[in-house]
Amino acid sequence: MTPEDTVIGLRVERAGPLALLQDGGRFGVRRLGVTQGGPADLHGWAWANRLAGNAWGTPALEITFGGLALVAERDLSIAVAGADLAATLEGKPLALWQPVRVREGQTLVFATPRNGLRAYLAVAGGFRAEPVLGSVSCVVREGLGGFDGHGATLAEGDRLAVSPDAGRRLEAGVAPVPAPPDYTRLAMLALLPGAQVADFTGDSLFAAFNRPWKVDDRADRMGVRLSGPRLACRIGSLVSEGIGLGAVQVPPDGQPIALLNDRQTIGGYPRLGALTPLAASRLAQCLPGQEVRLAATTGERALGDYRRLRRSLER
Amino acid sequence: MSRGIQSGTERGGRRGARLPRIESAGLDGWLVRLFEGIDEDNLAWLGALARRCETALGEALVDLVPSYTTLLVTFDPLRLAPETARARLEALLADLTPDPAAGTGQVHELPTWYAPRVGPDLEGVAGHLGMSVAEVIDCHAGREYRVFALGFAPGFAFMGLLDERLEVPRLSTPRRRVPVNSVAIAGRQTAAYPTVTPGGWRLLGRTTARLFDRERDGFSLLKVGDSVRFVPVDRATFERHGGDMTPVEEHS
Repeated sequence: MTPEDTVIGLRVERAGPLALLQDGGRFGVRRLGVTQGGPADLHGWAWANRLAGNAWGTPALEITFGGLALVAERDLSIAVAGADLAATLEGKPLALWQPVRVREGQTLVFATPRNGLRAYLAVAGGFRAEPVLGSVSCVVREGLGGFDGHGATLAEGDRLAVSPDAGRRLEAGVAPVPAPPDYTRLAMLALLPGAQVADFTGDSLFAAFNRPWKVDDRADRMGVRLSGPRLACRIGSLVSEGIGLGAVQVPPDGQPIALLNDRQTIGGYPRLGALTPLAASRLAQCLPGQEVRLAATTGERALGDYRRLRRSLER
Repeated sequence: MSRGIQSGTERGGRRGARLPRIESAGLDGWLVRLFEGIDEDNLAWLGALARRCETALGEALVDLVPSYTTLLVTFDPLRLAPETARARLEALLADLTPDPAAGTGQVHELPTWYAPRVGPDLEGVAGHLGMSVAEVIDCHAGREYRVFALGFAPGFAFMGLLDERLEVPRLSTPRRRVPVNSVAIAGRQTAAYPTVTPGGWRLLGRTTARLFDRERDGFSLLKVGDSVRFVPVDRATFERHGGDMTPVEEHS
């Protein structure tokens, strides 16, 4: 990337609690203890990019909760998918899940969650930042990625670099857009049983897959704690081992934690298995207090669902 | 070289018929479990398996995470069907032999100033173990360690095994901010902190080595399988090599 490859697209007027640049994630370095990063809701992120005419993997902004105000520094074509954070453009409701034109000087506000937790803002051609360890994905805890390369979240006054193509006009209706998901509904989270699932007691396995779970306050990009019946495992802790996306671990307190994109790379609690990528995405849109259920699935079904998502996004 | 901490196992803690085992680790991964217990001898096997995975999975390979007894293999499931990946791993395991070269890795010397100013738990550990500070330092620096796993933070290497005489529990309340380059022990393991993180290990001193560097080829100084020796240096040497003199209290 050279300076000629970028222009300033947006200025941060109000930063909000958490807005992070995310490409597909940081790969090939997990053996060094570097986490995966990438969008917590792969589905919403991918659709924002698709609607903005971008290829898979293009950097987009993951806006958690809201509280963010951005001012366009030039004319832009954008798309917002994922959560409905009561976004407005110049005070009027912003259309989601479709391309939108933003004029220089206009203000884009993400207010507060109405449906889901994380919105994805893509601009035509993508946001631009220098990759760190192969990715621009912003991991605050590791000080890697983001616009500054050191894992900083957005701050007031930041001027965000975008592709020089960010103003190009987008065709509407180029892709069959899915009906915007209703993230407030009960989420059925598909889980591939594995790991130490056989070491949980029968009662616990029944409870895990038949009782409702409540999303706890302790939820972030590392993981989401679920509260419900206490699950008992015959194994207390293990020698630490590599942990995949969506792994559902159960610490001694019996309350499962589904591990998301910024999880630690290794861990030593017994696991029920792993959520599918789409289930992990779905969970990332749940607010604390929301109810979810775990549903065992097969590798074949999980692969089919994932393949359908990727195919529907191909251009 | 020390033996593993689990006894009653054969060939580096590898346990008879049930191992190796391939376990589901989600849509895009398989966890290959080779051993039950921690043992330095595991490294030659894990190293060999990792190397062969790179060839066997080719372009579809996304990440390999070796750790103590296991190797997590992740791949792009659209490029390589999970069942095909599993079959390839099974084929690899059928004729796997340990690779001493992959298991040995590089040898590193970490210059370390052991002093209460940068190792605030040094005196407490000595007192707890009924040893003098000098004995603790000799004991910690007197052995070559192997890197069993990286995790917790980028470049954070879990090393062992520590001399039994140095075995101490973690702090009951972790520090909120452990200074960069702190050298620490917990249980039968030792580590050096590459970045400022919370941490519950007991701090003995501080190294001048640059543990994680985004500009360096390979990024992390230490990798799984490497050998590490802590070399005691005096304050003047530590300072001359750019060691951070800030006492721990100021960081907290």
